[in-house]
Amino acid sequence: MIRSFAMAAACVALTACGGSGGKPASASSTPSQKGPGLGKGYNHDPYPSTYRTYPGVPTLLTNVTILDGEGGRIDKGAVLFRDGKIVAIGQTLTADAGVTVIDGQGKYVTPGVIDIHSHLGDYPSPGVDALSDGNEATGPVTADVWAEHSVWPQDPGFSRALVNGGVTTLQILPGSANLFGGRSVVLKNVYARTMQGMKFPGAPYGLKMACGENPKRVYGSRGREPSTRMGNIAVDRQTWAKAAEYKRRWDKYEKDGGEAPGRDIAMDTLRGVLEGEIRVQNHCYRADEMANVLDMAKEFGYHVSAFHHAVEAYKIADLLKANNTCAAVWADWYGFKMESYDAVPENLAILEKEGACAMIHSDDANGIQRLNQEVAKARSSAIRGGFDVSEATAWKWLAINPAIALGIADKTGSLKAGKMADVVLWNGNPFSVYTRPEMVWVDGALLYDAKDPKRRPVSDFELGQPGEGDVK
Amino acid sequence: MSKILFLAAAACVALAAPAMAQDVAITNAKLVIGDGSAPVEGGTVVVRGGKVVAAGRGVAVPAGVQVVDAAGRYVTPGIFAGFTRMGIVEVDGVGVTNDAAAGSSPFNAALDVTPAVNPRATPIAINRADGVTRAVVAPDTSKGSIFAGQGAVIDTRSDLHAVARPRAFQFMEYGESGGRSAGGSRPAAIAMFRNAMLEARDYARNPASFADRGKDALLTRADAEALAAVVQGKVPLLVHVERASDILVLLQLKRETPGLKLVLVGVTEGWTVAKDIAAAGVPVLANALNDLPSSFEQLAATQSNIGRMQAAGVLVGIGTINDDEARQARLEKQFAGNLVALTRVPGATGLDWNAAFAAISSKPAEAMGMGDAFGSLRAGRAGDVVVWDGDPLEIGSMPVKLFVDGIEQPLTNRQTRLRDRYWKPEEGALPKAYQR
Repeated sequence: MIRSFAMAAACVALTACGGSGGKPASASSTPSQKGPGLGKGYNHDPYPSTYRTYPGVPTLLTNVTILDGEGGRIDKGAVLFRDGKIVAIGQTLTADAGVTVIDGQGKYVTPGVIDIHSHLGDYPSPGVDALSDGNEATGPVTADVWAEHSVWPQDPGFSRALVNGGVTTLQILPGSANLFGGRSVVLKNVYARTMQGMKFPGAPYGLKMACGENPKRVYGSRGREPSTRMGNIAVDRQTWAKAAEYKRRWDKYEKDGGEAPGRDIAMDTLRGVLEGEIRVQNHCYRADEMANVLDMAKEFGYHVSAFHHAVEAYKIADLLKANNTCAAVWADWYGFKMESYDAVPENLAILEKEGACAMIHSDDANGIQRLNQEVAKARSSAIRGGFDVSEATAWKWLAINPAIALGIADKTGSLKAGKMADVVLWNGNPFSVYTRPEMVWVDGALLYDAKDPKRRPVSDFELGQPGEGDVK
Repeated sequence: MSKILFLAAAACVALAAPAMAQDVAITNAKLVIGDGSAPVEGGTVVVRGGKVVAAGRGVAVPAGVQVVDAAGRYVTPGIFAGFTRMGIVEVDGVGVTNDAAAGSSPFNAALDVTPAVNPRATPIAINRADGVTRAVVAPDTSKGSIFAGQGAVIDTRSDLHAVARPRAFQFMEYGESGGRSAGGSRPAAIAMFRNAMLEARDYARNPASFADRGKDALLTRADAEALAAVVQGKVPLLVHVERASDILVLLQLKRETPGLKLVLVGVTEGWTVAKDIAAAGVPVLANALNDLPSSFEQLAATQSNIGRMQAAGVLVGIGTINDDEARQARLEKQFAGNLVALTRVPGATGLDWNAAFAAISSKPAEAMGMGDAFGSLRAGRAGDVVVWDGDPLEIGSMPVKLFVDGIEQPLTNRQTRLRDRYWKPEEGALPKAYQR
């Protein structure tokens, strides 16, 4: 079995080599036999995105309050986009012929919401066992699984996130039963027939890791390691040590040639992390455990992009800042498990005050519909505590900051010329409970319009069911 | 024996409570009565002996009563949380602190949440700080029975008084969950219900003869006693139901069970049979924002459910079944605000502000048959009053003063203490453990 895998890998390696023109990687200490080149020993993108942008019309939104997603604000401003990209934002913009002008008097325009932590598609609605594909809870180290292979693109939850939440980009993660849960995938929130059709072009992969109660409970209850927090770290370290060895062997082969090492699909992912190609998205609640993970990352030479849930991030905001690691948190979840006991509503406030990278996340098919309200709560807690966070700054928590943690900030996450035209027009101030998305564009295509029932997505699952096409 | 002792203790606490109540008048308020009427500016509410004696504009402040000037702020009844498990769970995932369900007990309908309610459970203080003053607290079912046991209505006072109305209702699961608990199907749940009602009637007719009933007996004596109160209509039966056809089945059961006081909980597809629910006069405690087909019994889910039911004449308040109900009843005000937001979404049906506030105050109290005691600032209701720093349905508005039974309550809790300790995260001259 393993042998045939290695054979297949060798074939892929040859194909990849041919595809790249057969140029060997340059190497100063040139061996007699040259390898395929670093990173070219096997295909790193075997399930490529087939996402396509839908047609849009050049659009100018005028007379709107703009929160640009990276801290800027323009009152009574304008946003112009065409051909799927933001063209300009400013105080006054003029419309050429053929540009659709929408007067947004009294309304807000923001970049589309980005949720860095979702299980839509891998824990879809309806929540029946037959569709629950988020946790490969058969071993604590399943870095070999990819969440994208569980994503059911007909999850009705995608439509709710779009029309009620203004969510245009989301990361789908494996669950947290395992220390190494597997690869995540970043999606555009546009229905497609296949997962590949939703896949965000060019977004890096993530590796889901988990600290704390879940792995030790799941495996401890089966009488196997890990059953403690020290067991968690022990298995993590052993796995990273193995990954370092795998990387060494593949680096050598890709550089120098010779016989290709055996492929290990799990180790491919960990090697990707050690190369900096794959981002670590680490479920972790407690401050002391996050500190342990940060040291472990240094020990093995990787970087934690973000701690997710991070209920106690506020206790170590300075440490997170020093390590350039973000915290993705809820506004007010608490007390559902022991490691969430010390939650405070000021988590985001304290992180922002201390200059750490902070963001909101949902982890929930309902919460993803109201991330603007979650941010509004956190901002209100900050102000109540005496730290004045502007609306423009708070919007970073669901725009540029998650884009940075996902490695897509050059493509989306703010209303900057040249970026994807992922845009929400809100029917009022999105920090108010009384406000909803009115129109949502993804890559410049109008995919939700509150006034047009035909611009309201209905997944296959809901077709022919009670309530089909209803306002949800 | 222990039950009798407990009853006595509860009675003592109940008697002792009003003695601590302050007489207070809150003036200059943007006054919300909570009955669905519009706020009145310059309003006054007077609380004496733990109860509201008058509320409105032009209400005179009696001599000798402490006066609180609300300075034009919103003053409302406290939130009456329509369906929760608050006070019987400290940490959901820590089993020994979670008294919601008892899977290994030989009893079901007899189980009474009253002794489990811990007034010092942290969710009570946290929810109080967000304006919750009363809550319906239900037990949860386990495999083996559709009946979960007897729920209570609690207050959120900081003293050791918590249970305002013990054994206030029986809770039952129907639909997918109830069917599985009963043995594997909805028919199994219905058979269990009908049999339980028969046996409970037998018990009610002659409790002394209930001891020896032969092989057909399924109910324990204690369960039969609890269900006798249901068949006699002494307490309402709250039933969790979601699917439209299941709702109609329950309405039929009500017709064939004279005296049954039925209250529906959850009711995601209620809007599709709203006229039937209204015609049956059955009140509803609904989740506000369910809009996903989370199960096959919730395919028609929409946030317009409550608005459409209300428009059809259903008495409906907001509850939070299966929605962090041990901890997050405080989110009901956000949910209510979202129902107001729907009024601006084409094709949706929401609630106007006044109805939305009533959905978290008087409506759930009325659904429980307790509208004369709780949930509004009409004369005679409990002195549960909140002074807010803004529109109470808007994100970020918080109580600045809160009274339960006329007693002013603290608004601090573990979370505020942690916040104060870590507002500046770095250690100072001493470790954080010394910073209090």
